[in-house]
Amino acid sequence: MAIDREQLLHVARLARLELREDEVERLEAQLNDILEAVSKVSELDLSDVPPTSHPLDVVNVSEADEPRPCLTVEEALANAPEREGNFFKVPPGGSS
Amino acid sequence: MIDTLRLTAEEAWRLVDTRELSGAELFAAYRAAIDARDGELHCYLHVCDDPGGDGLPIALKDVIGTKGIPTTAGSKILEGYLPVYDSTVVKRLKAHGFRVLGKTNTDEFAMGSSTENSAFGPSHNPWDPSRVPGGSGGGSAAAVTAGLAPWALGSDTGGSIKQPSALCGNVGLRPTYGTVSRSGIVAFASSLDQVGPVARTVRDCAFLYSVIAGRDHWDTTTVELPHAVELPEGQDLKGLRIGVPKELNEAEGIEPGVAAAVRAAIAQLEELGAEVAECSLPLSVDFGLACYYLITPAEASSNLARYDGVRYGYRADADERLEMYERTRDEGFGDEAKRRIMVGTYALSAGYYDAYYGQAQKVRTVIKREHDALFETFDALVSPTSPTVAFPLGARTADPIAMYLSDLLTIPSCMAGLPGLSVPCGLSEGLPVGLQLIGPQFAENTLFRIGHALERAIGFDPVPERLRA
Repeated sequence: MAIDREQLLHVARLARLELREDEVERLEAQLNDILEAVSKVSELDLSDVPPTSHPLDVVNVSEADEPRPCLTVEEALANAPEREGNFFKVPPGGSS
Repeated sequence: MIDTLRLTAEEAWRLVDTRELSGAELFAAYRAAIDARDGELHCYLHVCDDPGGDGLPIALKDVIGTKGIPTTAGSKILEGYLPVYDSTVVKRLKAHGFRVLGKTNTDEFAMGSSTENSAFGPSHNPWDPSRVPGGSGGGSAAAVTAGLAPWALGSDTGGSIKQPSALCGNVGLRPTYGTVSRSGIVAFASSLDQVGPVARTVRDCAFLYSVIAGRDHWDTTTVELPHAVELPEGQDLKGLRIGVPKELNEAEGIEPGVAAAVRAAIAQLEELGAEVAECSLPLSVDFGLACYYLITPAEASSNLARYDGVRYGYRADADERLEMYERTRDEGFGDEAKRRIMVGTYALSAGYYDAYYGQAQKVRTVIKREHDALFETFDALVSPTSPTVAFPLGARTADPIAMYLSDLLTIPSCMAGLPGLSVPCGLSEGLPVGLQLIGPQFAENTLFRIGHALERAIGFDPVPERLRA
């Protein structure tokens, strides 16, 4: 499977990356090389094999629901590029 | 005069314990070594003043969150970021009196095999500064070898502890997945990321592992160790069965000098009493790289979604919000991070999920089963850690796939969540060769025992020739 320019721009939009024109050209070639290499996984017929998402047999870890100390508002906002009062401030925009 | 190039952490600990040396003097000796040699090697992104404490200095890879100390993960997008809490591993170190020397260089978000993807410039190999120290944890490995830290912590997703240790000639452990907390660690691929120790000896490595390992409330993927960490002693390997998977030992691209050093070390293992036999991982090595380079970019594309210029880190100027997100991420991320975000987003997108990500997760099952089957017969597996010795800076930067092949031999066991130890086993072309020991889950003690015996039998001099007095 190959990725063309239009798909690449679509994926970049999904990933919230504004790519410069020189990056688009370079990435198109590199992504196709990488996708060709990783497509190797399709050589195996694994229809009967279950997927592994996690290497340990750990299931349903639960603990008592007890309140504990957490970050203060000042700590949570300490690294904010911009703040207003107790809020993170961002430029205006649509719903996305 | 403290010779930081030769001092093991164990010996340093004894000197401080018996008050022959104060903790402050020891810290100052490493700071002096950093001042003298780090200009050339660039192991550190940030150096700390002595915070005081009873214990030893330690260096931390810059993906490990440290309260009030810059933590960049080698990325421009986190430049200036000051964590407001300590990661669990740092809390455990501090409880033992450890003093943080500084934060070491890494490929951006631990994505790379050479540190050349660091936004702040590469580190250099202490054996030959024109060569890479490996990666992503090249800063930690180079710092330990160059005597700029007695030991260090790294993080390993597909080889980022083991491969730099091999290329720098020291000992690195990637622990069993789930034994060390990831709380407070900058996430790359969460089903693989593990923090682990880098040290000059196997015993130092084992001790440091004992400090950081164990169940943590803040990371529900962690488990309690089924048995205590044992510091290895003695040299007898009788009763141990060690497998030599031919695909890991005869893979295309393994340099003849690397293969020869590992063969000689395997002969030593037999002399020490181990039973050695050839075995096979028919699909794990052949399909491991493809599997890894689908699963990790997929997880990374999700983990890196948080860098949006809103709550912390870099923000680009823009009048409108969507534009701000997209420009922040374009300007803040480097090339490799963007490549992986793009591959991961594509592999997870509608219409491609089953063919790429879903199929890769099934391959992961195959890899895990192949390893599990071998551990019915063997206590450990052995191979080279890296197909090659340290390569020249710039040699693989233009070709992402050539760079990815650096981790060909470390990736399969990582996919299976298995522990791996790299120990130096000799030189090829004047550069260190690392031997990889892989065990079943939670078999760190077995790896320490074999690694320690081998280390003593080989008598590898971990100080680079050019730095020997």
